Amino acid sequence: MALVVNEEQQMLKESARGFLAEHAPISEVRAQRDSGSELGYSPALWGKMADMGWAAILVPEQFGGLAFGHVGMGQIIEETGRTLTASPLISTAILGVTLINLAGSDSQKAELLGKIANGDLTLALAIDEGTQHSPANTKMSASKQDGEYVLNGTKRYVIDGSSADNLIVVTRTSGNPGDLKGISLFNVNSDTNGINIERTNMVDGHNSSIITFTDVHVDENSLLGEFDRGFRPLSTALDVANVHLACELLGIAQESFDITLKYMKERKQFGTLIGSFQALQHRAASWWSEIELCKSIVLKALQSLDEGDAKSPALASIAKAKLCEIVELSTNEAIQLHGGIGMTDEYDIGFFIKRARPAQMLYGGYSYHADRYALISGY
Amino acid sequence: MSNLDSFRLETRDWLEDNCPETMRKPMKTADDGCWGGRNFTFKSEDQKLWMDRMGEKGWTAPEWPTEYGGGGLSKAQHKILKEEMARIKARSPLESFGIWMIGPALLKFGSEALKQQHLPPIVRGEIRWCQGYSEPNAGSDLAGLQSKGVDMGDHLLANGQKVWTSYGDKADWMFCLLRTDPDAKKQMGISLVLFDMKTPGVKPKPIKLISGSSPFCETFLDDVRVEKDQIVGEINQGWTIAKYLLTHEREMIGGMGLTGAGSKTLGSLAIDSLGTTFGRLNDLFLRTEVAKWEIDAAAFACTAERANDEAKAGQGVGATSAMLKYYGTELNKRRFETLLKVGGSDELIWDGDLSKNDGWMAKTWLRTKGNSIEGGTSEVQLNIIAKNILGLG
Ligand SMILES: Cc1cc2nc3c(=O)[nH]c(=O)nc-3n(C[C@H](O)[C@H](O)[C@H](O)COP(=O)(O)OP(=O)(O)OC[C@H]3O[C@@H](n4cnc5c(N)ncnc54)[C@H](O)[C@@H]3O)c2cc1C
Ligand SMILES: Cc1cc2nc3c(=O)[nH]c(=O)nc-3n(C[C@H](O)[C@H](O)[C@H](O)COP(=O)(O)OP(=O)(O)OC[C@H]3O[C@@H](n4cnc5c(N)ncnc54)[C@H](O)[C@@H]3O)c2cc1C
Repeated sequence: MALVVNEEQQMLKESARGFLAEHAPISEVRAQRDSGSELGYSPALWGKMADMGWAAILVPEQFGGLAFGHVGMGQIIEETGRTLTASPLISTAILGVTLINLAGSDSQKAELLGKIANGDLTLALAIDEGTQHSPANTKMSASKQDGEYVLNGTKRYVIDGSSADNLIVVTRTSGNPGDLKGISLFNVNSDTNGINIERTNMVDGHNSSIITFTDVHVDENSLLGEFDRGFRPLSTALDVANVHLACELLGIAQESFDITLKYMKERKQFGTLIGSFQALQHRAASWWSEIELCKSIVLKALQSLDEGDAKSPALASIAKAKLCEIVELSTNEAIQLHGGIGMTDEYDIGFFIKRARPAQMLYGGYSYHADRYALISGY
Repeated sequence: MSNLDSFRLETRDWLEDNCPETMRKPMKTADDGCWGGRNFTFKSEDQKLWMDRMGEKGWTAPEWPTEYGGGGLSKAQHKILKEEMARIKARSPLESFGIWMIGPALLKFGSEALKQQHLPPIVRGEIRWCQGYSEPNAGSDLAGLQSKGVDMGDHLLANGQKVWTSYGDKADWMFCLLRTDPDAKKQMGISLVLFDMKTPGVKPKPIKLISGSSPFCETFLDDVRVEKDQIVGEINQGWTIAKYLLTHEREMIGGMGLTGAGSKTLGSLAIDSLGTTFGRLNDLFLRTEVAKWEIDAAAFACTAERANDEAKAGQGVGATSAMLKYYGTELNKRRFETLLKVGGSDELIWDGDLSKNDGWMAKTWLRTKGNSIEGGTSEVQLNIIAKNILGLG
């Protein structure tokens, strides 16, 4: 397949850009933050996104979806990176849809996917327990009792945890932390007795929660996928999520570059534009080159998800790692080349670094993915 | 079956029948490349056979028009040819400044007579070319060149000194930049001319490199007669052509950042050399260095692929050759630094005990240092990106 965005995908990107410029410019990020929004995103905006069909892009047609594929979805996510728009897209329309599609029974798919596609159901993945992403080290327990399951444990940094209708909970049902076998997934209504959700304020203002499960009883139908064998679909879904996070980081990296380049052509010091100083030109040129590499690897990873090829896990880790590295460069250079004004809250550039770091860390940062890539490659 | 599918099958069959077995093995040293030309000593009969057969078919220059001996392939067909060659690990049949540099310039700017005269022998590997651009006082600032070409009516008389002329002592012809109007503004008085290295007054003198061999020369031009019909394009209008040629050179050099088809990955070389314990490389820091390099190399390979596919689809910024040159050569330098560490002291053998190698690694590693200098330095590429792509004045 040619490594280019086709016409349809390009149109989707442009329509996303137009939509976000109108309904979710950066000023909305500031407004959300200043209002101390409990939700961390705007439900009205989410409704409009669903009307645009964005929640349905990865949902198969038989369940009321558009089945438009990852390259298409990636174009939208990249644009939301440019405008730093918070929404349930990653948790619900990407992770949730992928997990249900991979692991769910026919009746679970029929029940859940259509609602997601319409924007009527939101999900959150309750996975991490410590400060570092490490899915195989899941400790939280689920035990079988009288035809039910009882969940006990604590999940941290659950994105959209305080807003989602349902939680997909990663639990250990056998073996020890570190084992890939013995992990099971549950689809649980957030209102179930014994669930306590505490919203944490993170640097990006998105909603993130600490969720404790104390003797939470759920019925058999809550099990998502095979008992003890949840790691496989989970791992694939995390690959998908990481590629889309890489798309978001690509948007952030590009926008912070574009804003800075523009500033270099406006700001004068020493009687001339700062963009005329070679020390800054070379930094901008090598920064731009890195972003070109990022665009290529992200597109490659998206295409490989659509093709379902065996290289997807490696490509997902390469893409996430590379984007983590370059978005860090981008957001740091952006502030530095703005000088003092880059440090002010009044100026937008600071929002980019604040969203970038949590998105980098979510589901594994550079070290996690570089190491995972090495492991996949046999070293 | 689509046309491309049947092209693939035909190509596969043809390569199967025509590529000699020994040409399906990786080159052992950089000297194993086939350069052709009047002075070239073939390493084996197979090497000559492979060059001749591919040359005959025009597949040494796959996209050139058939009327000039080329393969007449579309970009899509060319991609298939490359894939099929990689599949059987076929060596490149011919390394050639003619194909990489002067050929594309002649195709775009040359007269019909020049194309007819020079292109077919390039395709067949009969004539080997060298590049007379740089001078002692004109490197990065190439337009500052001072070698003169004085108009003598029916010919030009060339005098001056070129330097860093790669393979100047082995080449048959030179494409050369001369100042033909000393009064015009820097870039305006330059011409691109062609002459036979046997012309009286052309004297290439080899220069030894830090890598031990002498692939380049200083070339003295002493009353050299250049025929007027050997000026490419118009007289004094050579700068545009010279720059066009450089974009091709840059793409070619930038390709060094791509690990050749069939060659081992850095990761597998590290595993061979250092070993693993429970699936992990026995050197934590090198594992990190290797992984970081492979991540960057994968992203770079996709970028070269994307640039190519965008060009095919008529999209893209076009001016990416400077970026590919910059990134690809820096990446290749990093690769060899890591390879040295991975291989350890063996890789620093220069000569003497040749049990493991013949000093190939040490010499090749040193040679890579030139990648970010030749064809325009990394700093010059960054200047080009800043100016032409980012619009920073
Ligand atoms: C936290 C903080 C506290 C401060 N406290 C004080 C204070 O108490 N009192 C006070 O007077 N000031 C203070 N400053 C101001 C500080 O000294 C200036 O911000 C600093 O000198 C840079 O100037 P600028 O912000 O105008 O950036 P600019 O000069 O506009 O620089 C923008 C970018 O261009 C680069 N640049 C500029 N000129 C060149 C050049 N010739 N070559 C290469 N690159 C160049 C800069 O390095 C920078 O990356 C403070 C700043 C900060 C961030
Ligand atoms: C292995 C090898 C093979 C070569 N083969 C050929 C050949 O076949 N034919 C041919 O004509 N030439 C050839 N060259 C020459 C090559 O093109 C020049 O070496 C190159 O263009 C740099 O010129 P220079 O050596 O004069 O360095 P200089 O131009 O003197 O540069 C010295 C340093 O200053 C930096 N610099 C210069 N100008 C700027 C600027 N404006 N901004 C920032 N930094 C700058 C450079 O990047 C470099 O780091 C070859 C060189 C090498 C190393």
